[in-house]
Amino acid sequence: MELTFVIEKVVLVSVIFLITLGIAAYSTLAERKIAGYIQGRVGPHRAGPFGVFQPLADGGKMFFKEEIIPSQSNPFLFIAAPCLALLTASIGSAVIPWGQDVTIGDRVIQLQVANINVGILYIFGVVSLGVYGIMIAGWSSNNKYSLMGSVRAASQNISYEIAMGLSLIALLMVTQTLSLREIAEQQNGFWQNGWFSWNFFCQPIGFLIFLVCSFAECNRTPFDLPESENELVAGYHTEYSGFKLGAFLFSEYINMFVSSAVMSTLYFGGYNFPFMNDLGLSANIIAVLGVLFLFAKIFFFIFFFMWIRWTVPRFRYDQLMNLGWKVLIPLSIANIVVTGIWITVKDLL
Amino acid sequence: MNEPTITHALDRKETTTLNLGPTHPSTHGVFQNVLEMDGERIISGVSTIGYIHRAFEKIAEHRPYYQITPLTDRMNYCSSPINNMGWHMTVEKLLGIQTPKRVDYMRVIVMELARISDHLVCNGILGVDTGAYSGFLYLMEQREHIYEIYEEICGARLTTNIGRIGGFERDFNDIAFAKIKKFIKNYVPVLKEFEVLFTRSRIFMDRTVGVAAVDAQTALDYSWTGPILRACGVDYDVRANEPYSSYEDFDFDVPVGETGDVYDRYMVRNEEMYQSIRIIEQALEKIEKEPKGIFHADVPDIYLPPKEEVYNNMEALIYHFKIVMGEIDSPKTEVYHCVEGGNGELGFYLVNDGGRTPYRLHFRRPSFINYQMYAPMSSGMLLSDAIINLSSLNVIAGELDA
Repeated sequence: MELTFVIEKVVLVSVIFLITLGIAAYSTLAERKIAGYIQGRVGPHRAGPFGVFQPLADGGKMFFKEEIIPSQSNPFLFIAAPCLALLTASIGSAVIPWGQDVTIGDRVIQLQVANINVGILYIFGVVSLGVYGIMIAGWSSNNKYSLMGSVRAASQNISYEIAMGLSLIALLMVTQTLSLREIAEQQNGFWQNGWFSWNFFCQPIGFLIFLVCSFAECNRTPFDLPESENELVAGYHTEYSGFKLGAFLFSEYINMFVSSAVMSTLYFGGYNFPFMNDLGLSANIIAVLGVLFLFAKIFFFIFFFMWIRWTVPRFRYDQLMNLGWKVLIPLSIANIVVTGIWITVKDLL
Repeated sequence: MNEPTITHALDRKETTTLNLGPTHPSTHGVFQNVLEMDGERIISGVSTIGYIHRAFEKIAEHRPYYQITPLTDRMNYCSSPINNMGWHMTVEKLLGIQTPKRVDYMRVIVMELARISDHLVCNGILGVDTGAYSGFLYLMEQREHIYEIYEEICGARLTTNIGRIGGFERDFNDIAFAKIKKFIKNYVPVLKEFEVLFTRSRIFMDRTVGVAAVDAQTALDYSWTGPILRACGVDYDVRANEPYSSYEDFDFDVPVGETGDVYDRYMVRNEEMYQSIRIIEQALEKIEKEPKGIFHADVPDIYLPPKEEVYNNMEALIYHFKIVMGEIDSPKTEVYHCVEGGNGELGFYLVNDGGRTPYRLHFRRPSFINYQMYAPMSSGMLLSDAIINLSSLNVIAGELDA
């Protein structure tokens, strides 16, 4: 392995990590601003112009808070849980293709940390690990409300992962690949061979199922049962304070960012944008524009997450399970069947 | 219909005890429920009340009548003007004071505003407890406008101590009337918007329809009153059944539900807010027709005279002294008077032995009586259902404990 490759990847990893953290931090501000907008309020506006330093103030506050570890808890696991939550949330973005290759001189730089051919499986693996942070947090706190929250989280995440995976199988049947980069490349432009090239237009139901499941995986309203503040006080992080609490809240926003990025890549063309091949621009400029378009899509989905959160009530535990097992899983299986028939018929014609 | 599909093996007896309260966020006050839980399902519950018991009934035995009004403020603090008016009317009933129609209509306006503020908090909180926060804030903004009207009328916002025995301490000024008119004009669209968020929302209906349903007979057996009884299908409303403060002059509907579940309670409260707006509109029209400037009954020995009179007029000085010292002539008798409070029939049972203070005063607090059923009806429910049931009962800790 040559040194430049290592440097290139280290720089890319650092940049993506910083961007992830930055977006997660500013998602908290965006959430509060959007909540304010929806609720006819102003939102935070004291720290800096329009409250732009609010995330820093919040982070600083979290750092300086007293750290409380309940005497009846399991201290090692109690500390390990938020670290695990933050870790699993952060490594999900490694396989996302951020843009087309950039050519500098004779070097081709891939805007992707790891171009592995099982990108989707990697994301699934990482997302499944995410529940451990919540489980361990709830169990080690030795609090009944925390435990109930973590039990809810575990069953919810496992149930919705199945539906999510099944909805993706239909997509994989169309794309014939597990690599996120190839999936993104297949959706080049906006219009190909007489039909929209983005996967959303051949897998609308699959997308819908995936969207609902990502809400559930991120524990966002209407699936925020693990921390439903009116029933379980604060759910799995009831006993947490200081930056350990901050790590949980932060990981939720990072998860949201990664989910939005995955949704944009899988179903909405990733870094592709309409008329990208007709503008006659150089490849590098299109790559940069593509990155911007990808982020625009991600921001839209993050906004969508927040919009839903401040609009709808939350499910009850059994209704959530009914929706997962009795609606989404049969629907995604039906989607697989329909997709299979469609592919076969299309090949025959 | 909306029966939870989770079943647990109850015979394993692997239950846990969960302390819901006294500082749980969804109790909206200080009271405790010790629940025996089987997973998410409640097997049985024991309610503990009295965390903020302030012995109001005993304190009242040592206070002249006009000093008891501030105590009533602190019972149902979401709608304290109704409590104040109920108490004033009780004393007026004891002393046989007939209030002028204009005073009655002014009282009706204040009481209906209080009812709106009570119901909007309850329904907003129901939204919060089901996980949707925004609707609550839409309504809370309107409560602020109601409080501004209170401020204009009496100077206070939450614990209003509004009015006097025999009428009001001063007339509504023009700004107060303007604010009331502006409020009733602006409130209906906001309430409609709130209803758009909840009433036909699939998730909200799933959460509330069929949850904590109570049949009319059980509700009557537990002496339920108010919106939650009407949600069970019983059309008992003190305003209609035993009109006080000239409610018989008004044209309004008493909404009733069918099943007595959380959704019906929500719908009944929403409809009552529309009816309250209707009543206020009628009251404003009626006040226009009454002679201006009358804001209290002509009872110089009971209603505090104005200060100029006190300084310049001997009778007024004597009355002022006697009223402030609580030396008013009162018959040796007992009276019961009830008003339709935010949560139900708010009654005042007053025994008088002719002294300057009540011999015995009992508050019939609807929250206290409605809450009795909470623990029995919780058994078998999921925790989430028990919590929205609690918020739809609208148990106000101050009224529960008194």
